[in-house]
Amino acid sequence: MAVSKGKVIGVNGNMVTVQVEDVVSMNEVAYIEVGGKRLKAEVIRIKGNKAELQVFEITSGIGIGDIVTFTEGMLSVELGPGLLGQIFDGLQNPLPKLAEECGFFLERGVYLGALSTEIKWDFTPVAKVGDQVEKGDTLGTVPEGIFTHRIMVPFNYKDKYTIKKITSAGSYGIKEVIAEVEDSKGKVTEITMSFHWPVKRPIANYVERLRPVKPMVTKIRLVDTFFPVALGGTYCIPGPFGAGKTVLQQVTSRNADVDIVIIAACGERAGEVVETLKEFPELIDPKTGKSLMERTIIICNTSSMPVAAREASVYTAVTLAEYYREMGLNILLLADSTSRWAQAMREMSGRLEEIPGEEAFPAYLESTIAGFYERAGRVRLKDGSEGSVTIGGTVSPAGGNFEEPVTQATLKVVGAFHGLSRERSDARKYPAIHPLDSWSKYTGVLDVERTETARAIIFRGNEVEQMMKVVGEEGTSINDYVTYLKGDFIDAVYLQQNSFDPVDNAVTTERQDHIFGIIIDVITSQLDLDTKENARSWFNQLRQKFLDYNGSEWENDIFKSLEKEIRAMIEEKKLGVDENFQASKSAEEA
Amino acid sequence: MRKVYNKIESIAGNVITVKADGIKYGELAEVTTSFGTSLADVIRLDGDTVSLQVYSGGRGVSTGDEVRFLGHPMQVSFSDNLMGRIFTGSGAPRDNGPELMENLIEIGGPSVNPAKRIIPRNMIRTGIPMIDVFNSLVESQKLPIFSVSGEPYNELLARIAMQAEVDMIILGGMGLKYDDYLFFKDTLEAGGALSRTTFFVHTAADPIVECLLVPDISLAVAEKFALKGKKVLVLLTDMTNFADAMKEIAITQEQVPSNRGYPGDLYSQLASRYEKAVDFEGAGSITILGVTTMPGDDVTHPVPDNTGYITEGQYYLKNGRIEPFGSLSRLKQQVNGVTREDHRALMDGMIKLYAAYLEAMEKKSMGFRMSDWDTKLLKYGIVFEAEMMDLSVNIPLEGALDKGWEIMSDCFSPEETGLKTDLVKKFWPSK
Repeated sequence: MAVSKGKVIGVNGNMVTVQVEDVVSMNEVAYIEVGGKRLKAEVIRIKGNKAELQVFEITSGIGIGDIVTFTEGMLSVELGPGLLGQIFDGLQNPLPKLAEECGFFLERGVYLGALSTEIKWDFTPVAKVGDQVEKGDTLGTVPEGIFTHRIMVPFNYKDKYTIKKITSAGSYGIKEVIAEVEDSKGKVTEITMSFHWPVKRPIANYVERLRPVKPMVTKIRLVDTFFPVALGGTYCIPGPFGAGKTVLQQVTSRNADVDIVIIAACGERAGEVVETLKEFPELIDPKTGKSLMERTIIICNTSSMPVAAREASVYTAVTLAEYYREMGLNILLLADSTSRWAQAMREMSGRLEEIPGEEAFPAYLESTIAGFYERAGRVRLKDGSEGSVTIGGTVSPAGGNFEEPVTQATLKVVGAFHGLSRERSDARKYPAIHPLDSWSKYTGVLDVERTETARAIIFRGNEVEQMMKVVGEEGTSINDYVTYLKGDFIDAVYLQQNSFDPVDNAVTTERQDHIFGIIIDVITSQLDLDTKENARSWFNQLRQKFLDYNGSEWENDIFKSLEKEIRAMIEEKKLGVDENFQASKSAEEA
Repeated sequence: MRKVYNKIESIAGNVITVKADGIKYGELAEVTTSFGTSLADVIRLDGDTVSLQVYSGGRGVSTGDEVRFLGHPMQVSFSDNLMGRIFTGSGAPRDNGPELMENLIEIGGPSVNPAKRIIPRNMIRTGIPMIDVFNSLVESQKLPIFSVSGEPYNELLARIAMQAEVDMIILGGMGLKYDDYLFFKDTLEAGGALSRTTFFVHTAADPIVECLLVPDISLAVAEKFALKGKKVLVLLTDMTNFADAMKEIAITQEQVPSNRGYPGDLYSQLASRYEKAVDFEGAGSITILGVTTMPGDDVTHPVPDNTGYITEGQYYLKNGRIEPFGSLSRLKQQVNGVTREDHRALMDGMIKLYAAYLEAMEKKSMGFRMSDWDTKLLKYGIVFEAEMMDLSVNIPLEGALDKGWEIMSDCFSPEETGLKTDLVKKFWPSK
């Protein structure tokens, strides 16, 4: 099959119609030649000998008759050692290198190699001559930062192969041949350390997919205790603007207990990416003692960059995640925001003049979103090790209304829902995850019985609060009032967390378990509080102490002395187990 | 090579089509009608059928009119001669001055590489306490002014234009009432700020296509000045008119509407303009303040909603004041730590007390008995509104902070303010 050529016969926005002479395939990549530049494009519809292409660049200057060259390949990314620590655009162009070449602006038609060909990697062979191998099998390893990067048989090798030659241990660049393999028909091919893989095809060289059962610790109390995320699971964070979606993702990207974090900044503000770009190299990962950047990849296709590349960026990100999963690592992919990705689909759908679905989103919106989230998962690899890709996507619903198509389509496929509320963010209650509306289907780090107890109190406390708005404090019984104060107490000292406080910003599960014990003690006790005035002031005092306690270093002297004071305060007022709580318990048992 | 065509195939709304060869997407053409000459740009190519959007509108265009392709996309002249001048949305002089033809630059260029951006670090002082003290404007920030029609947003913009500590101002007017245009012109002239200002003005009566060009042309010029080391402030009023112009054109072109008739790419379109705000390392910067009027005071309307997702906070203009709760400058933390040691504490403290004042007001209106504390709050609220929030207040940041301490000491005792003891010792006015 020869490489096809074609000619431009129509231009409409970022969609170009091309008359083709030969064979073209769906999603094939093509280059349009304009004024000495080659603009990357992707086939998105074929009709007879006309192909419609979405162009990943600004289309001005394209004229009728411009030459188009097809590449035979689908939109793909380069996989190999050296991806970590990099900052790419949606098409895997390294942005810092692009800046060196083009200066301040993103000149169109400039595509650079994703991986450096100059860096030498210390290769250690694992396979031997004569070994039988197939796609995804490890030929050798190189150290990449703190990880052992497996050099694998490229995933597009479909046959079974015999190793004819493998280089000895030593330093090699990614384009140097490290092995020669022979297929079943006797054809010999050379293998280097890097290869390409199409982004819209999931990488699936594992033996089986496993249920996501192990919690992914985020060190955010509200998440770990009440709305946990599992390794290999999926979750979404919808919220109106200003509710703290991005801050929440930034905190998660710093603290999540995974090996690698991939951040896909998809159609959001460039300024926010810059904060990550400038801060991460300075921040030290407590687990490894190295800079956070060494375990991070940033895919950055901000709002003013071309829309078609934005559509590609989430796929680029998830493909890189799947690649590292093949090495037995746990990867967290944070996509901010999937709504912008859905909007990119909507724009293309509009240009294709497809029949619109709800709010003009294409009819395939749901299946596409489902397809993306389904690429997450925990898997067992051939060598018995396990790896996982966890996906967390933010959603920016129009008008902050969760009833819109993108939020709804996402909710159908994710395992946890962290709904941010304007009400809570306006009250400066961060993280603004709504404790009653949100849910998670995964198992948390703490036992269910205790979290359910706390959840019930929060729920009941909220009911009392709503009631008090109508009947006033006077019309509320002291028991109800204390329940309200208990709910408010959990909110203030446990659900809310100060992401700018050096201690409080990241709380280990050990500490969560420990302080949750004290909280359970408070909320399940019958307290000796006779008047509302007394109750309020006692809870105020307790809260103040607890906040100081939250801000003190784990198990240092201040921590211990504050804990002693808190426990003493509780003991002083404790009369026994709360009768409400007791009643509900015995009702359950009966 | 300039080609002239004499046969217009179709005219629909502002869009005409001609049969022509060798035309590039985005190319500019001149359409000569019996009413005069207008620019037009290529918005669609389909074989030899070229669709053009006529800047002055399709009204009165005849099928026999002349279309001359210019062989380049939309351009604007860029030089220091732009200072103090007034142009239309398509770059034609509006002030009887000479037409500028030298050093033409293209508009709507590529976006800045995120890897070249830097963390914002300089504050832009405006002399308006509600901005400087409570929600500082930061160089390279993009901020909208959310406002209901009828609020004095143009007065606010004019004041910022006169007082902001920047090198130059570019004012882009979209769908401006002619009176408002004259107001801007006269105010800036009287205030002596016209000489550092360039206007690109589309008034409500001008052709709708020119409205679309205003942000691009303003920002293209701003970008060039910024690259030459100038601190540029771009004021855009009103971005809702810009969005409505987009809606009008999209619907006449039979595009599928998404929300309330707006095109599906509203977010991307707004973002590509706002994201031009940047601080060039080693050169100048662009800061954008844009008015977004909210139809029916509804912040969930598609224009303010999409804008909120793009910009770095917002100023919320309500009842003639910048409302402290709805307003937010997301970048203020980057700059207000180094202005004066009491800045952040005073900012938080005064706002907390003002919130308490509003609660006390509510209690009062419901007929509850006022405690001593409530009475103090009521006094404070009134003074705060008159001496800080009122838009006519005009004092530099340090003066405003001193004023803040003065107001606090008039109304409260130090421990009632919740401010830290060391700050109170240093700044509490002695009487």
